Amino acid sequence: MKKSYNIEVDCANCANLMEDAANKTDGIKKATVNFMTQKMIVEFEDGVDEKTVMKQVLKNCKKVEDDCEIEF
Amino acid sequence: MNKKQKKMLIRIIISASLMIVLFILYKILGPDEEKAKSGIIHEPFWFIAYMVPYVIIGYDIIKKAFKGIIKGRPFDENFLMAVATIGAIAIALIKKSGDYTEAIAVMLFYQIGELFQSYAVGKSRKNISALMDIRPDYANVEIDGKLEKVSPDEVSVSDIITVFPGEKIPIDGIIEEGDSTLNTSALTGESLPKDVKAGDEVISGCINLTGVLKIKTTKEFGESTVSKILELVESSSSNKSKSEAFISKFAKIYTPAVVISALCLAILPPLFLLITKQSPSWGDWIYRALTFLVISCPCALVISIPLSFFAGIGGASKEGILIKGSNYLESLSKTKYVVFDKTGTLTKGVFNVNCIHHNTMDEEKLLEYAAHCESASSHPISISLKNAYGKEIDSNRVTEIKEISGHGITAKVDELKIAAGNEKLMESLGLEYKPCHKNGTIVHMAVNDEYAGHIVISDEVKPDSKEAISNLKKAGVKKTVMLTGDLEKVGKEVGDSLGVDEVYGNLLPADKVSKVEELINKKGRNEVLAFVGDGINDAPVLARADIGIAMGALGSDAAIEAADVVLMDDNPVKIGKAIKISRKCLRIVYENIAFALIIKFACLILGAFGIANMWVAIFADVGVMVIAVLNAIRALNTKNL
Repeated sequence: MKKSYNIEVDCANCANLMEDAANKTDGIKKATVNFMTQKMIVEFEDGVDEKTVMKQVLKNCKKVEDDCEIEF
Repeated sequence: MNKKQKKMLIRIIISASLMIVLFILYKILGPDEEKAKSGIIHEPFWFIAYMVPYVIIGYDIIKKAFKGIIKGRPFDENFLMAVATIGAIAIALIKKSGDYTEAIAVMLFYQIGELFQSYAVGKSRKNISALMDIRPDYANVEIDGKLEKVSPDEVSVSDIITVFPGEKIPIDGIIEEGDSTLNTSALTGESLPKDVKAGDEVISGCINLTGVLKIKTTKEFGESTVSKILELVESSSSNKSKSEAFISKFAKIYTPAVVISALCLAILPPLFLLITKQSPSWGDWIYRALTFLVISCPCALVISIPLSFFAGIGGASKEGILIKGSNYLESLSKTKYVVFDKTGTLTKGVFNVNCIHHNTMDEEKLLEYAAHCESASSHPISISLKNAYGKEIDSNRVTEIKEISGHGITAKVDELKIAAGNEKLMESLGLEYKPCHKNGTIVHMAVNDEYAGHIVISDEVKPDSKEAISNLKKAGVKKTVMLTGDLEKVGKEVGDSLGVDEVYGNLLPADKVSKVEELINKKGRNEVLAFVGDGINDAPVLARADIGIAMGALGSDAAIEAADVVLMDDNPVKIGKAIKISRKCLRIVYENIAFALIIKFACLILGAFGIANMWVAIFADVGVMVIAVLNAIRALNTKNL
């Protein structure tokens, strides 16, 4: 299951940090953040609820970068 | 500028003017350096006054720095800026120099740099996205006799949509009514408009130029060309290049390393001086350490590398070259071997029946059997046979169709056993055949197990193929190879006329894979082999090569899927162009890496010896970043390549 979300992040290094944070979240197989297109492409583990996982991802991302936003 | 940026601009202006006013007031009314007691207004007034512009410009940085420490992630740029400026203020307080402007100026310049960066990046993001913006916003559908704009997602297959001049075709389909000219440049980079009329297939993403078109959709929006391309472009960055991976790893080590060296710089030399009974001059060393911290932000590198790749991919897509990721852009730049498929790549792939020899029956009749026998195949040869026959094909007359890959087709037409294929097919059927002296593809025919003659079909070389090969040579490609399922003799003739170095003929699709593997094994470690095909029948080879380039892939999902680089039109000259674009982009990437690292390390060393002050440090941080960003944008320009 692969999905792409619009995100808001200001600096390129923060985008890298977000990517790390998202990848460490349970239920995520692989996440890539594209700073240039302001998109996060997420591959979920099988059988997880996307909404709950994404909530956790946002929470983890907020920890590393206060200003970030994910639309889901 | 967006809201955030405007707010920052206002903060910068207020803080800067306050600072300048205070600076002038201090010169007139403040104490001068020799006679600390003179002057009209004394401390702590100046300290408090100077804190106003400092807080205005830096409050968010300090807030973020604190949050970072609390969350156990102290080594970010906010922390560095906070420590550097607070440190500078502390030194000014201790030395009683009243020189608070430096701390404010450092913060000010840092914020100006950040603002500029966010503006420049936002701007270039918009420019690049605009190039790739082929997404249609709506489709006109007739509902209850009235045209209404609906989201393309809501249109189902076989609906009729209306496209007015100036609008994008939102969904793939067939024209029901009307004729017009289409601008396909957003998809193919081809500037010549294309004429279309009722019955023609059109693909989404083209812009309708002249007439109103009624189009019957053949696909859903999600399956349409435009969606496929957008998906490809948007996910392109998930394939990160080695340089990007290197930089993000580097950034993770670099910042902590510089912070630790700064700490050492602040403590070790004064301690050493203390031990050797000299004046430790703590202030100087701490100042040097703070300078270090300002230089340590890795942002110039971290931003400019992906931006360069993004601009390169954007520039390429403007030319109708879709590159699926920066890793492919990186390998493309190292291309030393280019292997071509012949049919449809270097030749037009449009075959014409040239002549019919040794026929035992009427030419018309033989052609009729051949066309029916091949009726189910979409191979270019089959299509040309059907075209040459020119009449409607009655599929009820054909049964038991068997396609033997690399050999041909056998089927029953009107209860007659028909075999159409190359000499291998004739041999496997145990039939004697007559070879042909003509160049071209020979389709041998057998009717009821008896040889019935052969049909000569020949292909035409694309007008740009020769130029394409010589361009590749000029671009530093070591060897060009052509693979073909055709006879070696036919291939050689085409290859020689184009200047291809090596030609291998008589290859089945599986042979092409093993041939490519053989070539891959022979090449050097840092050399890349690219395979160029038209995506029909060569998906396995496209996947096996280091870089698979599919040509004329517009509308062919399989090719878009299998290839790493997709050329939207079928002009082979674009291959050389793609390589040149990738080289330019990689050159910019290396320039940026080298430039940023050299300046940063030079400033670090100068800072350690106390030669570079905070101002130089700010340049090393913000200035380098701005220059790197501007350099990265150059990758977007592909005009003179």
